[in-house]
Amino acid sequence: MIRLEGIQRIFQVGDQAVHALRDIDLSIGAGEYLSIMGPSGSGKSTLLNMIGLLDRPNAGIYRLDGSDVTGLSDQEQARVRRDKIGFVFQFFHLIPRLSAAANIELPLLLAGVPADQRKTRVDQLIVDFGLTGRETHRPDQLSGGQRQRVAIARATVMKPSVILADEPTGNLDRATGQEVMSILEGLAAGGVTLLLVTHDPEIGNRASRKLRLVDGRIVADERASS
Amino acid sequence: MRTADVLRFASFSLVGARTRTLLMIVAMAIGVAAVVVLTSLGEGARRYVVGQFSSLGTHLLIVFPGRSETTGNPGMLLGETPRDLTLDDALTLTRSRAIRRIAPLTVGSALVTTHKRNRETPVLGSTADMLEIRQMSMGQGQFLPRGDPRQASPVCVLGAKVRKELFGSQPAVGEWLRIGDRRFRVIGVLASQGQSMGFDTDELVIVPVASAQMLFNTSSLFRILIEARGRESIARAKQDALDILAQRHDGEKDVTVVTQDAILATFDRILRALTLAVAGIAAISLAVAGILIMNVMLIAVSQRTQEIGLLKAIGAAPAQIRALFFAEAAVLSFTGALAGLLLGLLGSFVIGRIYPVLPVIPPWWAVAAAFCTALVTGILFSVAPARRASRLDPVESLARH
Ligand SMILES: Nc1ncnc2c1ncn2[C@@H]1O[C@H](COP(=O)(O)OP(=O)(O)O)[C@@H](O)[C@H]1O
Ligand SMILES: [Mg+2]
Repeated sequence: MIRLEGIQRIFQVGDQAVHALRDIDLSIGAGEYLSIMGPSGSGKSTLLNMIGLLDRPNAGIYRLDGSDVTGLSDQEQARVRRDKIGFVFQFFHLIPRLSAAANIELPLLLAGVPADQRKTRVDQLIVDFGLTGRETHRPDQLSGGQRQRVAIARATVMKPSVILADEPTGNLDRATGQEVMSILEGLAAGGVTLLLVTHDPEIGNRASRKLRLVDGRIVADERASS
Repeated sequence: MRTADVLRFASFSLVGARTRTLLMIVAMAIGVAAVVVLTSLGEGARRYVVGQFSSLGTHLLIVFPGRSETTGNPGMLLGETPRDLTLDDALTLTRSRAIRRIAPLTVGSALVTTHKRNRETPVLGSTADMLEIRQMSMGQGQFLPRGDPRQASPVCVLGAKVRKELFGSQPAVGEWLRIGDRRFRVIGVLASQGQSMGFDTDELVIVPVASAQMLFNTSSLFRILIEARGRESIARAKQDALDILAQRHDGEKDVTVVTQDAILATFDRILRALTLAVAGIAAISLAVAGILIMNVMLIAVSQRTQEIGLLKAIGAAPAQIRALFFAEAAVLSFTGALAGLLLGLLGSFVIGRIYPVLPVIPPWWAVAAAFCTALVTGILFSVAPARRASRLDPVESLARH
């Protein structure tokens, strides 16, 4: 469902060209659980942003669900992001003045879903993610783990087929990280395609497919034989 | 995205940045309130003057000595006096069929004395018709008697205030008093009606025109008031008056006739221009408020890059981001404009209380214009910030620096 062919991403920093991604060919099937590891600066985030349509390649073709999305306009890409992709970030990126429930609701708001449907959906997620009693709390009144759970709820509220998580446990202690991982793995088990960038080999090794990036290139692509 | 949700989201952002929001609302409100208050004042002054002229009487024309080239200009009120107007000039005017009645005016100032008190008072000489022409009404007794205007007679009519000062609570009608060195009997007292075109009738003593001429030892008139038969005959009356007087003055066109309409129109124009100018100056403060909004919104965009990046990541299209920032500016401007409107109306009301003679009512056009200008500047000046927000690169805005 995700196919990258000859993807290049070059950043121009002053008069120096930084090759963040070089000739990436990658094919990911629906429902796969894939971890991406590699040294810092190897292009992991850039790859994730590319797949999430937040960034455009300098060369190459990206097909999502069979159609070429490389040349879509900003508005069309925004629509694809909204409907098919959920992001989870290391620093949560919750809107500080909004309550947990309002943060979760945001994508539905942007999609123009009617209020009553929004409420049913958000209420369901609050129960599913163990956030009951926290729905009116603002982010600064929540613990790190709770914040990340709110962020994951927000990423799933539109029922996307792909979840892109960029070091989701990078800012959490081990126990809380485990908690967040089990939520994400629950989603993967439910049929969502999960791409997980991580520094932690223990977490990365749990994925059924492991990608290793070095200097903008895929140097390893292993599937767990199970 | 639904409009209600856009507005709600925008309002939340505004409430989130309380100080900033409050400051901008205040800036906007001051601009709007300034426009409302200043135009109310200008409009009040205009209405006041119009009211003053209207109280002069209907279909009124005024003749005074001296030619004025630029008719309709208030400067002519200061015209020089080449040849005097006489009582006979005035009386001849009634020959015109367009003229219903006339009242000659002589003015001077004299010491008015009763057995107890005395007072320096403006004295006006005129005829019986003045009562109708100036639309005055009697409080007690009667006005000047009809009869030959050339005949002096020792009677007088007092303004309400003069009566009070000279006689206190004693009855005045029937009493004798002294104006200068002559004795006059009080035959009536005017109803109190206040100021009207420089003459405060409450402070006047009115005597027959011939008596006034004797008192001030003159044969000339200060003005002749003419009442035309109707609105349509004003122009005719003016022409007739000019012709008749030119004929009597050996063909010399040495008088000026102004119509109430002309004077009114001039004042109206001047005061309207003044109001507009003042409103324009006040509108500049609205523009300043607009620029302030632009700057603060630009700061808001740079403070909220993360939020904007996040919104993009979860699927907000550039147009939606623009709409959100627009809505914020619109809600802000609307609130500011509304606050300004209330402030302005309150201000006008208070000024109206302090100066009861001024009809201080904000003109609807100014209220509408101030409100719309505030909205439009607020929204216009948020175009740049909204565009900047919608063009932010989400990857960079989400990166923690
Ligand atoms: N916006 C950018 N401008 C310039 N260089 C960038 C930008 N984003 C990433 N890079 C560079 O691209 C390379 C890959 O970055 P990134 O994908 O963030 O690495 P990772 O997530 O694996 O640590 C790095 O060398 C980084 O400096
Ligand atoms: Mg990274």
